[in-house]
Amino acid sequence: MAIVIDKSQRWRVIAAHVFLILLCALVLFPVLMTISISLRPGNFATGSLIPKTISLEHWRFALGLPVTNADGVVITPDLPVLRWLWNSVKVASLSAVVAVLLSTTAAYAFARLKFAGKKASLMGLMLMQMFPTVLALIAIHSIFSRLGHTFPLFGIDSPWALVLSYSGGIALHIWTIKGFYETIPGEIEEAATVDGATPWQAFWRVLLPMSLPILMVIFLLAFISAVNEYPVASILLRSQDQLTIAVGSKQFLYAQKYLWGDFAAAAILSGLPISIVFILAQRWMISGLTSGANKG
Amino acid sequence: MSMPKALKRFLQPALMVLLGLVGLYVITAIYATGESLLAGVMLVTLACFIWIYTSPKTYAYRYLFPGIGAALIFVVFPMLYTVRIGFTNYSSANLLTFKRATQYLLEETYRAEGATYNSTLHAEGNHWRLRLEDAETGAAFVAGPVVLGHEKPTTLKAEPITAPVPGDEMPMRDLIDHQAALKALTVLMPDGGQIRMTGLREFAPSRPQFTHNPDGSLTNNQDHSVIKPNFKTGFYETADGEKVNPGFQVDIGWKHYVEIFTDASLREPFWQIFIWTLIFSALTVVFCTALGMVLAVILNWDSLRFRSVYRLLLFLPYAIPGFISILVFKGLFNNNTGEINLVLGTLFGLKPTWFSDPFLAKTMILIVNTWLGFPYMMVVCMGLIKAIPQDLYEASAVAGAGPLTNFFRITMPLILKPLTPLLISSFAFNFNNFVLISLLTGGLPDFLNTSVPAGTTDILVSYTYRMAFQDSGQKFGLGAAISTVVFLMVAVISIIQIRSTRIAEDAKR
Repeated sequence: MAIVIDKSQRWRVIAAHVFLILLCALVLFPVLMTISISLRPGNFATGSLIPKTISLEHWRFALGLPVTNADGVVITPDLPVLRWLWNSVKVASLSAVVAVLLSTTAAYAFARLKFAGKKASLMGLMLMQMFPTVLALIAIHSIFSRLGHTFPLFGIDSPWALVLSYSGGIALHIWTIKGFYETIPGEIEEAATVDGATPWQAFWRVLLPMSLPILMVIFLLAFISAVNEYPVASILLRSQDQLTIAVGSKQFLYAQKYLWGDFAAAAILSGLPISIVFILAQRWMISGLTSGANKG
Repeated sequence: MSMPKALKRFLQPALMVLLGLVGLYVITAIYATGESLLAGVMLVTLACFIWIYTSPKTYAYRYLFPGIGAALIFVVFPMLYTVRIGFTNYSSANLLTFKRATQYLLEETYRAEGATYNSTLHAEGNHWRLRLEDAETGAAFVAGPVVLGHEKPTTLKAEPITAPVPGDEMPMRDLIDHQAALKALTVLMPDGGQIRMTGLREFAPSRPQFTHNPDGSLTNNQDHSVIKPNFKTGFYETADGEKVNPGFQVDIGWKHYVEIFTDASLREPFWQIFIWTLIFSALTVVFCTALGMVLAVILNWDSLRFRSVYRLLLFLPYAIPGFISILVFKGLFNNNTGEINLVLGTLFGLKPTWFSDPFLAKTMILIVNTWLGFPYMMVVCMGLIKAIPQDLYEASAVAGAGPLTNFFRITMPLILKPLTPLLISSFAFNFNNFVLISLLTGGLPDFLNTSVPAGTTDILVSYTYRMAFQDSGQKFGLGAAISTVVFLMVAVISIIQIRSTRIAEDAKR
């Protein structure tokens, strides 16, 4: 849209391209390197970006298949990557369902109903999510270990404890859904009310079917954030079989047991699906991010 | 239609009453086990639930209750509880509540004088019979039959026997499995003595170590000394002040806070870590915003081709789960085998020790965090730039201004104001960016000469995490006290953010 195009324009375009290409290379370097490392034989081998010999041993490790090494010894993988992934999916699906269930009704009350303390509680929700969960880790650990004495199902090392502890983090979801409800004209529900529907029926039969898209988005958001959550999972889950992928991945890179190649394969295996879901959902997320920021 | 309605009218209150009764029963049972806090929380929740779902006045709250309740119990309550723990001596040495510690001591036993018996168990259908043989005289006794499914204390009477006891003997593996049930048995011998299990195949007279006195002290049955609970130190203590394990939780007031700010071995690392936390969050915000803003400007430039390709590629770091990219960088930066040192080595002959030198470790953290954080700023800035009216640029072009003047005089000032709340929330996020520090360096390399392990790259939250869950002694109380201090800092940042958001909103109008 520049009105005056001078001679320096061409050089500036070229400079911009060079800058962007360099930056893209920097951004892509870790990604491409990880792919390359996952296909390279051995856990310590170093080499060029394009591996000379392609080996699938790390992928077999990540998938839990036995690997035969150079001496003919069969090694069975001891880090259950697929099991961790499954644990992550399990916990994340459950907590995403819980998040959607808990936040839709609350958002409805905030968007449509009149009650005392509405403004204060909305403000409270906003304030609440400014304080990160990491700060309460000691209390969370103590609460769930004591809860486990009475209800072993919700104790340390149980995926249910994780689902419970994630269920409180719905402040942002409530805000997002509330924003969506407010874009739907209230007359539609009023018409239903005139026809004799109770507020619950107006919500359940009229408003909810119309808000399916936003509920999908909230589901995805909650799912992704639960898969990526590390701090709470790292204190509540202890035994190898119960870990989520976020906590388990760390075990590949201990100084005394450094499985660089195996980690690369596991990282792609677990990161790829999440990244794809994220890129697909990013359109809504970004609008949510920027609009959320301006709501105050 | 009238029948179901009448039924419904009756059913709802009935269900509520039933629910209330069941809930009260469960809560009483929990209270009886000594978990008064849990019981209290559950009681309040149950009361709110019944009130909200029965009173017609609270209709709107029926929609709010599940969500707000979960938020209060699992977000607000843990935060308040953290503050509470900060005033106690909760740690690995003082892990139990007073009630449980007392219970633990009362369950202790000691081996009293008297004959030892070799024991074997013999099957009799579903039951077991216990055969006891005096280790010295060889006299045999039999007790039971008894079922070994539970761990309730049971007393059996033993009788002399001369014939061998029929039935298969319980193998060792099952003995180990049934240990808890067997330990609950007390056998009354014909001579009036009581014996209990003291080894897998041994019964002997054993007596409880302590007896509870009415004044709350415990008498040691072995040497008749008395231990008294000291609610200042959180231990039972003997007359000359010797502590008896296990300890229990007690309030210690402001002790942790006094320690944090006055004890030299704690104060030094605390301030150093605090300053690094500030520098880390501020620099991260500056780098991410600078890079993101420049990229947003370039990618909004119409003369540039392939913009959508660049945009997608540059967005990638934001799409990859954080824990994966951080761990990938941990591998790439590895001092010896990492690919980054390989490249630096072949190009410049350099081999920086990223993980052992404090300054390099901090540099690495900032590089990684900028890589992770700039796409978000880029996307946000692109949105904000679109909102700048085009005629401003047309006017500046007429005035003969170059692209740099445009950027510093028009673009930056105009997007900086709406960006401020986001910058502050980004600062707040990085202030507590536990995942990055914990997965990348774990706070290492450590400071020397500190009483609790503290790292040069630790930020406040990772410092408290290490204090509580790693390394030495599970100092939950001290960790919670530091967390409380961080709460206050976050509160200050939040107030600033709310103010700046208001200013940004006013500017928009």
